Amino acid sequence: MAVAGADLAVEGGSFLTLLGPSGSGKTTILMMIAGFTEPTAGRLLLDGQDITDLPPEKRAFGMVFQGYALFPHMNVAENIGFPLRVRGLSRAARDERVRATLDLVQLTGFADRLPKQLSGGQQQRVALARALVFEPALLLLDEPLSALDKKLRAELQEELRALHRRVGRTFINVTHDQEEALSLSDEVAILNHGRIIQKGAPGALYEHPRTRFVADFLGKSNFLRGVVREVGGAALGIQCEGLRLRHSAPAARPALGEEVLLSLRPEKIALAQDGDNALEGRVVSVSYLGAGHAVVLETPLGAMRVHQPAWRAAVAPVEGDLIRMAWAADAATIVEDDDAAV
Amino acid sequence: MRRSEAGWHALLLPAFLLLTVFYVTPILQVLSISFLEPEPGFGNYERIGTNLSVQRVIVTTLRICTITTVLALLLGYALSYTITLANERTRRWWLLCVLVPLWISVLVRAFAWVTLLRRQGLINQTLQGAGVITEPLELVWNEFGIIVGMVHYMVPYAVLPMLASMREIEPRLLAAARGMGASRTLVFTHVFLPLSMPGVVAAGVLVFIFSLGFYITPAILGGGKTLMVAEWISLQILDLIRWGLGTMMATLLVVTILVTLVVFSRVVNMRKLFGGGGA
Repeated sequence: MAVAGADLAVEGGSFLTLLGPSGSGKTTILMMIAGFTEPTAGRLLLDGQDITDLPPEKRAFGMVFQGYALFPHMNVAENIGFPLRVRGLSRAARDERVRATLDLVQLTGFADRLPKQLSGGQQQRVALARALVFEPALLLLDEPLSALDKKLRAELQEELRALHRRVGRTFINVTHDQEEALSLSDEVAILNHGRIIQKGAPGALYEHPRTRFVADFLGKSNFLRGVVREVGGAALGIQCEGLRLRHSAPAARPALGEEVLLSLRPEKIALAQDGDNALEGRVVSVSYLGAGHAVVLETPLGAMRVHQPAWRAAVAPVEGDLIRMAWAADAATIVEDDDAAV
Repeated sequence: MRRSEAGWHALLLPAFLLLTVFYVTPILQVLSISFLEPEPGFGNYERIGTNLSVQRVIVTTLRICTITTVLALLLGYALSYTITLANERTRRWWLLCVLVPLWISVLVRAFAWVTLLRRQGLINQTLQGAGVITEPLELVWNEFGIIVGMVHYMVPYAVLPMLASMREIEPRLLAAARGMGASRTLVFTHVFLPLSMPGVVAAGVLVFIFSLGFYITPAILGGGKTLMVAEWISLQILDLIRWGLGTMMATLLVVTILVTLVVFSRVVNMRKLFGGGGA
């Protein structure tokens, strides 16, 4: 895994997530921050001080490893007390801090257990406690929730957020799980092929993806290719196959005749309704998801995905039906087509 | 179900018979001779308490075996540690260097050490030539020579179990310890060493038990002056025709080995040590 170019600034006290598919270089960046991997070029600065050449034990950032890396020969208290022990704290001071940290991660009473006697979620909390006990300036999390089942993961996501608010330190998290990234972070940096493609608040990334990769990796998206035929006025006119789409772009101002790629989120398309842009499609497949339906329709613009809430839906889609679909002029986003680079 | 199981057990029968006839029977015979000759009774065993020669050989053997075990463990640990931390390519070369001595006959190795260590040997001549010593050192035909030869033989046996246990240590644990502020030394003493202890204990038992019965190496490098148990037994039976005393010592050796195994099987997983199936 290589990192090609990554300029990254993290605000103190914030929660940053590095999100990317496997092999995107996100773990490499984390290991560089922790000091386990040496960058071939570039510098690492902490509060303006150069720490590029410091070994990991001198940086002393808290870290939660993939698979937790708890010491199997030490019990929970000894595991959590280890960072304090190497700092030469007295036994009494250590016990005091260990107890307080156990309370913080809600593991009171588990001090004497061995790691193998704990469930996955409990091990994860011990790893967190051990990383936080020496009050590091920065906490690094390497796929901290990936080993847990879905329900537990959701629970611990909330806990991790609450913990971040309580301790008020900077967290840097690495994950390939977009849901985790969106729900946990103040800021998300999306990586691909060793480059940071886009960085921003979760909402901004989701609503205004800069490139096709971001739109596709963060949630799902329909992509429509068209040529700008109308500029001026409130909305652009984009010719897409045989259709003229109305698109009101807040920022991007493409030139007349330019080819553009539109990203349109499935949940922003309404079925059996009218809107700025409307067309008909034949239902190819319907998946019931509890909260809603995921519908794929064959349209003149190609296959399109639509998410429709199940509750009080205007129409119950059935395979083979011809349904009218519509979306507002400001629903889509013009994205850069970086597909060739993938 | 029962019948097919009985069928499988029947397949074990030839091996069982072979072991009984050629292995268990002679051992039982040795045991019985030790009680029957020269006259029935515990006479031979009483000598453990009274006979100076018997006591001396036991003490010498235990001392040599203990020193050999300690030295083989120290050297073996350093080797295993280096091999564990090496990259895949280097690791293969190291392993080859450790394993090659295993394929060379004990006899050849013992004589090789004699040519190196004797008064006109390579080491003494080099040291004399360099002017470090004036008189040749007594390096062989004594306990020192025996220990050199035995340690050389035992290092691979010490390395293999320790290497197995070290390779099970997750590298992430070491990284985690460093990330928490532990220096390399602290990582070693607090994480690596305790986690490799099962391998050290296993290697220690293996080397100690092997050393107890050593025959060729002490016979050649000891020059008949320093006697260990195996050579002493052969001397009693073949040269002095004292079957009772020889078999008594043989029985004592077997019992010591069994007791050591039983004691340590409570400490370490024996199946792992001897490469048996199962995790």
